[in-house]
Amino acid sequence: MKSAIIHFPGINREHDMFMALENITGFSPHLVWHTQTTLPDVDLVVVPGGFSYGDYLRCGAIAARSPIMSDIKTKTLKGLKVLGVCNGFQIITEAGLLPGALVRNAGLKFVCRNVDLVVENNTTWITSKMRKGDVIPCPVAHGEGNYICDAETLKRLEGEGRIVFRYAKGQNPNGAMNDIAGICNDAGNVIGMMPHPENMIEPLHGSTACRPLFESLLAA
Amino acid sequence: MKATVKVTLKNGVLDPQGKAIEGALGSMGFDGVNSVRQGKYFEIELVETDHGKAEAQLMSMCEKLIANTVIENYTIEFA
Repeated sequence: MKSAIIHFPGINREHDMFMALENITGFSPHLVWHTQTTLPDVDLVVVPGGFSYGDYLRCGAIAARSPIMSDIKTKTLKGLKVLGVCNGFQIITEAGLLPGALVRNAGLKFVCRNVDLVVENNTTWITSKMRKGDVIPCPVAHGEGNYICDAETLKRLEGEGRIVFRYAKGQNPNGAMNDIAGICNDAGNVIGMMPHPENMIEPLHGSTACRPLFESLLAA
Repeated sequence: MKATVKVTLKNGVLDPQGKAIEGALGSMGFDGVNSVRQGKYFEIELVETDHGKAEAQLMSMCEKLIANTVIENYTIEFA
């Protein structure tokens, strides 16, 4: 599993993601600066969390137009796997790799706590080591995680099994439609999620509940 | 050539910031506020002097960066 983590100015979770990928998959990811125009030869690109460009204009908007994104878009069409976490989800959605948008939390507050996620689709390359319906605790830390899309897109996401994770009933931290925490594209190779699985994999994190997500990567 | 661009949330897109402003106005004693929607305003100076070309440039900028047309509308005006 050769991977690359894309590094934008203002991103702050790239090392958490680096450690998670390195510890669990056994391979050190490449760290790729956003001004590069070509990705190294990898199977997986992770766009990590943080606050790229200070969330100026819209969260993820400016990072989504970085030079490296063109190569990511091109290779995504050829099957490259892309995982966006938190700001990374916002960035790849702004880049048009996933439908819909992430807007200000309905409650206006920045939410930083653990929530329970329900595995809705366990046939993806990040959930194959989980069971459908599994409930896993995972931290969230965001002010703009409220997923919205038009009615037709929502119907497609639901009907095609493209909702990967949902917030457990009553735990939606941001007002996202249908409690959506993570989705994939129609080909299944691009996945975005607001919660931070990379921060729930070591006993010191309080739980190792999200390790199966990274173990799924190994099997992919 | 100087232009202004206004970006507003589409109808139906929740605007919690607008709601908070609406609530604050009410608590300050401003009665009769039906609703508040917050948007963004940009002043853009272009080298282009041809009106049509400038408008085309600005539309492209709005579509590609300034607005997220999934959730926002934009209007362009020339000063």
